[in-house]
Amino acid sequence: MSLQSIPSINRLFRLQFETAQDCYVLLFPEGMVKLNPSAGEIMARIDGEKTVSVIIKELQAQFPDAGDLTLDVQEFLTTAQQKKWLIYES
Amino acid sequence: MSLKQTKPVGPPFWLLAELTYDCPLHCPYCSNPTDLGDKADELSTTHWKEVLTQARAMGAVQLGFSGGEPLLRKDLEQLVEHGRELGFYTNLITSGIGLTAKRIAKLKKAGLDHIQISFQGADPEVNDAIAGRGKAYQQKFEMARQVKAQGYPMVLNFVISKQNITQIPQILALSTELDADYVELATAQYYGWAYHNRDHLLPTKEQLITAEAQVNHYRDQQDGKGPQFIFVTPDYYEDRPKACMNGWGSTFLTVTPDGSALPCHSAKLLPLTFPNIKDKALEDIWHKDFSFNRFRGDSWMKEPCSSCSEKEQDFGGCRCQAFMMTGDMDATDPVCSKSKDKHMINDAIQSASSPSNPLVYREAGRDIALFKL
Ligand code: SF4
Ligand code: SF4
Repeated sequence: MSLQSIPSINRLFRLQFETAQDCYVLLFPEGMVKLNPSAGEIMARIDGEKTVSVIIKELQAQFPDAGDLTLDVQEFLTTAQQKKWLIYES
Repeated sequence: MSLKQTKPVGPPFWLLAELTYDCPLHCPYCSNPTDLGDKADELSTTHWKEVLTQARAMGAVQLGFSGGEPLLRKDLEQLVEHGRELGFYTNLITSGIGLTAKRIAKLKKAGLDHIQISFQGADPEVNDAIAGRGKAYQQKFEMARQVKAQGYPMVLNFVISKQNITQIPQILALSTELDADYVELATAQYYGWAYHNRDHLLPTKEQLITAEAQVNHYRDQQDGKGPQFIFVTPDYYEDRPKACMNGWGSTFLTVTPDGSALPCHSAKLLPLTFPNIKDKALEDIWHKDFSFNRFRGDSWMKEPCSSCSEKEQDFGGCRCQAFMMTGDMDATDPVCSKSKDKHMINDAIQSASSPSNPLVYREAGRDIALFKL
């Protein structure tokens, strides 16, 4: 993964905001993972079109007090890829 | 003064909509009740939509359409569409019989998220013998191909029994060939028809050890690719029972074809009266009905469970299993080594090594009295 990579959500999963849980969740056959607030914000921006760097810029703009988010986002994206939540079309 | 701590009851996470008991297959491991009910009592489309709406409002997230064979309901697409609009993750649990490429596409358009197809074996001979129907295997195989071609996540479910457990290597290869995402290799649970046929279904301990080793070996070679295999062994060979669906009335809500609401899909065999969604709101049923509260918490337990340090982990085991084997639904699950009835499990294992009664295929109208010991 580089800053120019374009992640998309693995079609095995469906991302959705759950009011009852007050968080984003990933739904998959017969199961669900709850995402913490920052994971949810990152996942919600992944649309198969934006590059990693665009996603980071958007997050910086929305959370101006958060400091540099680059490493945190990259770290999450790596984990998410390991968990197969994300794929990259090369 | 001590106040009894009771955990607040959360919403049901899963709604299992058993749309019909009708099924084109005749599997002897079927866990449906042996008294199959009357088609005329099936819920209407309006009733089902209302059930879905209410369950979603309570916070349910996963919606499973099963049966019998849910494809036999002509309003399946309508119900999928309604469920998906409400925000459910929609699962279709099917035998694959009656499925066509066209119907798969229609269901996709309605918003269906996932299709699970059950297989009885890894080749036509074994599969069709168990399913009690010719050409079933071929049909399932082709439909599995279609499901993946049309972009669905796919789960394959193999019910493992003595009749197919020697096929594990072929089953693993077939699942990979079909590009399944998840594969459940589950040894049958012995309720309903399966209880009657237990001697013919329960594999030996040696067979299970071999099968598990084969699955582990295959997993090691997968290198993170291909299907994810989930192997579920029967609790008969364990010292502790399985936790009952995360606790009775905690996660699962089943609605049967006639509208009965159950805390688990086989609860109907218990000597309890279950409410019907035609008479009461789901919210009331879930939180207030006597039957749903009957095994919540631990005040219903007897010894050895009531003073056991592990009661939070397994909730005393399965109520259906306890009742079927001992005739007492409050008894400790006989699977537990602390149960005074453990010998019943051992006897069952013994008797499965040389079945004396014939195998009975599931069929409507065939009357099997519930077998109590
Ligand atoms: S005695 Fe009851 S609570 Fe304790 S381990 Fe056995 S089944 Fe579970
Ligand atoms: S009582 Fe038995 S069959 Fe019912 S949910 Fe619990 S474990 Fe499952």
